[in-house]
Amino acid sequence: MSIRTENIKYVYSEGTPFRTLALDDVNVTIDQGEFVGIIGHTGSGKSTLIQLLNGLELATEGIVEVDGTIVGKDKKKLKLIRQTVGLVFQYPEYQLFEETVAKDVAFGPMNLALSQKEIDFRVKEALELVGFNYKKIKDASPFEISGGQKRRVAIAGVLAMKPDYLILDEPTAGLDPAGRNEIFHQIKKLHESSNFTVVLVSHSMEDIAKLVDRVIVLSKGKIHMQGSPKEIYLQAEELEKISLGIPQIASIVRELRKRGFNIRQDILTIEEAKTEILKEVRRRNV
Amino acid sequence: MFKNLTIGQHYPVDSPIHNLDPRLKIIMTFIFIISLFLIESFTGFLFVVAFLTVTITISKVPVKFVIKGLRPILFIILITFIINLLMTPGRVIFTLGFIKITEEGLRQAGFMAIRLTLLIMGTSLLTLTTSPIILTDGIESLLKPFKRFGLPAHELAMMMTIALRFIPTLMEETEKIMKAQKSRGADFESGNIISRAKNLVPLLVPLFISAFRRADELAMAMEARCYRGGENRTRMRQMKILKGDYVAAFVFAVYFAAIIVFKIW
Repeated sequence: MSIRTENIKYVYSEGTPFRTLALDDVNVTIDQGEFVGIIGHTGSGKSTLIQLLNGLELATEGIVEVDGTIVGKDKKKLKLIRQTVGLVFQYPEYQLFEETVAKDVAFGPMNLALSQKEIDFRVKEALELVGFNYKKIKDASPFEISGGQKRRVAIAGVLAMKPDYLILDEPTAGLDPAGRNEIFHQIKKLHESSNFTVVLVSHSMEDIAKLVDRVIVLSKGKIHMQGSPKEIYLQAEELEKISLGIPQIASIVRELRKRGFNIRQDILTIEEAKTEILKEVRRRNV
Repeated sequence: MFKNLTIGQHYPVDSPIHNLDPRLKIIMTFIFIISLFLIESFTGFLFVVAFLTVTITISKVPVKFVIKGLRPILFIILITFIINLLMTPGRVIFTLGFIKITEEGLRQAGFMAIRLTLLIMGTSLLTLTTSPIILTDGIESLLKPFKRFGLPAHELAMMMTIALRFIPTLMEETEKIMKAQKSRGADFESGNIISRAKNLVPLLVPLFISAFRRADELAMAMEARCYRGGENRTRMRQMKILKGDYVAAFVFAVYFAAIIVFKIW
């Protein structure tokens, strides 16, 4: 079971002076159970790519395949694909519209024509998955809760569809550090506990470095490189060329190494860096 | 789905027509509309088409773009054509059951369709070659004399500017919310009228909320920069009548004179 794209191209505004090639010959495979990060600069095609993965946009050329089903114009298949591949947009709180949180989360399952009992069950489950106390939150108005809470409600709205793949587009954009950590923590837990396949889209390496197993770097509509976060960070120059930074801690390590510190190159977290630097300092003092 | 809407869309290139004074362009467009209704012969329309073709060529806007603006009103043109065709009394040249087509009707319908087509093409040339902001500047300046009668010219122009400015933003927003709801299984395309209207709720509620939020933020931002209406306001872009404007006005006067000569003849 996997999502696969084969040589996809996507062209915006064909036949006008504004024609742009948003995706150019992209091949990606996302296997079930993986935690994948897609990073790229604004306009690199990452948002277009994820919309192709659940059939909101259709590729101009090439094939998108979800669990063996080819994404096409067939409405029934599209509905199934959109249920299998849950997509959480940037600023998803702007899609909330119902009077109560519970009703809003129920919107997705209702569209799947499930029984009321199943819907209620899923709403409760989804809200708990994103860390809410169901009883406390269910009757609140989605317009009167905090920004971070709104966002979690919106994510629950997608989770209630029970997707096998969960794609999140910049899920922490515009949140304060506390809200950001909260969301990342929940996403990590989701991936670990329920074996969701998670795809995290971001423009910042900092955010996804610690979370994902594999990073796909997009630049100007093409896959620039892919690999484990550590492999990607070793090519810091390459990343800077396409105006993507590396995490602060990685650049500190790089600078220290340049100045003759004998420490490991592939450090991602502050903890790792601390141990390495202390080791080196001790070595020097001896 | 909103990608082929051209009404009010500015085509940004540098051309003699783009650089004309907006007031002049608005006045000329008005007179152009009047001229269309003065014409009563096909030769006259041929002349207008020639004039319009030359103008479009000078403006560097692709003809395709000008014609695309016709698409939304194609239906109206068709209806006008049919009504004129069937409702004009005169010498009958064709009958089919209760349908009678007269020679006058055919003429009238043809004229009306041509008039509307040229009217839209001419006016969309105005919006294609003038950015909305400059256009409202022009309107404001033209409305100034009516201030004496209590017409809030500046406020009207400002409201128009804001409305125009937010059309693309709101369309983008609509598309985004639509996609978000679609990925939650919403269906905007099938079902009967009632269920379709019902299905719009998940789209309209968030859209209105965001529109109000934007309005609020904008008002706040304007106030923070001490905006308080038109009184004593100076502008960054002063409108000046240049040599090109005199040339354009002269050419246009020749055009209009020719139309009147046609008419009298």
